Amino acid sequence: MSRFQYASDQSLMVYLGDSIDVPTHHRVLKLLRLLEAEPIAGVRNLHPAYNSVLIVFDPVILDHAALERTLTQYLDRLDAVVLPEPRTVEIPVCYGGDYGPDLEELAAMHSMTAERVVEIHSSAAYLAYFVGFVPGFAYLGGLPGVLATPRLPAPRKRVPRGSVAIGGSHTGVYPFETPGGWRLIGKTPLEIFDAASVELSRLRIGDRVRFRPIAEQEFHALECQ
Amino acid sequence: MPVIQVQSPGMFTTVQDLGRYGYGPLGVSPSGAADSLALRIGNLIVGNRESAAALEMTLMGGTFAFPDGAVVALAGSDFSAPVPMWAALPIEPGGILKLGPTRTGARCYLCVAGGIEVPLFLGSASTHVLTGLGGFGGRALRKGDVLNIGRSKGVPRVIAPGLIEPFATRKILRTTVAPQTAWFSRQSIDRLYGGAYRVTEESNRMGLRLEGAALETPHSGQMTSEGVSLGAIQVPAGGQPIILFVEQQTTGGYPTIANVISADLARVGQLRPRDEVRFELVDAETARALILEQDRLLRALSSA
Repeated sequence: MSRFQYASDQSLMVYLGDSIDVPTHHRVLKLLRLLEAEPIAGVRNLHPAYNSVLIVFDPVILDHAALERTLTQYLDRLDAVVLPEPRTVEIPVCYGGDYGPDLEELAAMHSMTAERVVEIHSSAAYLAYFVGFVPGFAYLGGLPGVLATPRLPAPRKRVPRGSVAIGGSHTGVYPFETPGGWRLIGKTPLEIFDAASVELSRLRIGDRVRFRPIAEQEFHALECQ
Repeated sequence: MPVIQVQSPGMFTTVQDLGRYGYGPLGVSPSGAADSLALRIGNLIVGNRESAAALEMTLMGGTFAFPDGAVVALAGSDFSAPVPMWAALPIEPGGILKLGPTRTGARCYLCVAGGIEVPLFLGSASTHVLTGLGGFGGRALRKGDVLNIGRSKGVPRVIAPGLIEPFATRKILRTTVAPQTAWFSRQSIDRLYGGAYRVTEESNRMGLRLEGAALETPHSGQMTSEGVSLGAIQVPAGGQPIILFVEQQTTGGYPTIANVISADLARVGQLRPRDEVRFELVDAETARALILEQDRLLRALSSA
């Protein structure tokens, strides 16, 4: 079920399953919790994803064989790890218009109204499979199949900070102005990655996430907070 | 507190140290010096700890005034330096250091005894430009910026040129296999190692886009996103490889054909647009022996 793969001379990939599903996600989360609770000397960074954890280490003090031996013991203990109740995070979103310039086209692609897209998107409960790409960008699973939409043929050079977007069968919020190929359906006034806050990232791996539609007025009120 | 006044920032100058580690689960990449060896050696020369923050200049150096004086060293590529590289240089109060275009590689470090003092973000002074985090205001320096110099606790070192020689940069990058190497055809592997690739203008601290013999992209470049390593050579649709670098995204969804070895990552930081680069495959044991040897040489420097 688990498999090691040489990734570079200073990193080892651990695959914990072969598909994107909740049981695999829980194994990723359990390994991450174990590695955070009982750090291995020489490990410098962890990059969890859908079905894997990339473990980056200092090649001067650790090697792949020794790391694999230690990890094998951790993997044997995975089933015993109890995960805490996930947090639920609500993200207010102003949908459409300048906030979500791709909403109308996305609705047309699915032969539904923009209102229906908003209704479906904001009714679903999502799971933050992992945070990656840039600080605070959570890959949210659980997008209703009817809204799954291929990425833009050519990515935008600049996606505005706070944009709520759909890419393939996932949805997410851009924490920074970055390039991006997902389709923009709305925008949140919340700061998603706040370097000055203690928690830093509003969304963390394993969180449950919901989107709440708000009007432009509330967007501006929240933005000023 | 003594300061550095930026009279001209040069083309792209940021505050960098050895990066921030441990925040991968939040999507935060380490960032840090593009040529970490030059930064470490430059710091040793001025009597700092290896990981002190310094100014990283890119292709074209800046002009810096030291109203209170300082002890500095230039490390990395020669940016038309008016003073010897790799040597501690006392600057009198009111002195000015003016650098120009590069004569060699892409980056030059201005290390100052005491280090550059900026508020640390997640334990590091490194600038992450894309997100505006860390460093001096999260951005490249501008004319008129004033940076604080920390208190120096060490004594400058003289390092004989012969000791720097083994760290000289070359344009062959050694690589190991990577997670998706087995996905690629024999022909694509032969192409990668058989010819030269040119560094394009669209290269920066996030990644170096290369141009050369196109590689076949397995599964049309589609795969489940996973963590990506520093120095990973990704092959997106189109087949032109990208080397992920210090400000890399933490996860990615393109197949990785190879990975630059740790001992050669500093060389990647000295590649300029239009430079030609070649790759050479080594096994895991060789890669490990090379980083251990580099570490041994660095330790020899710090006790020199």
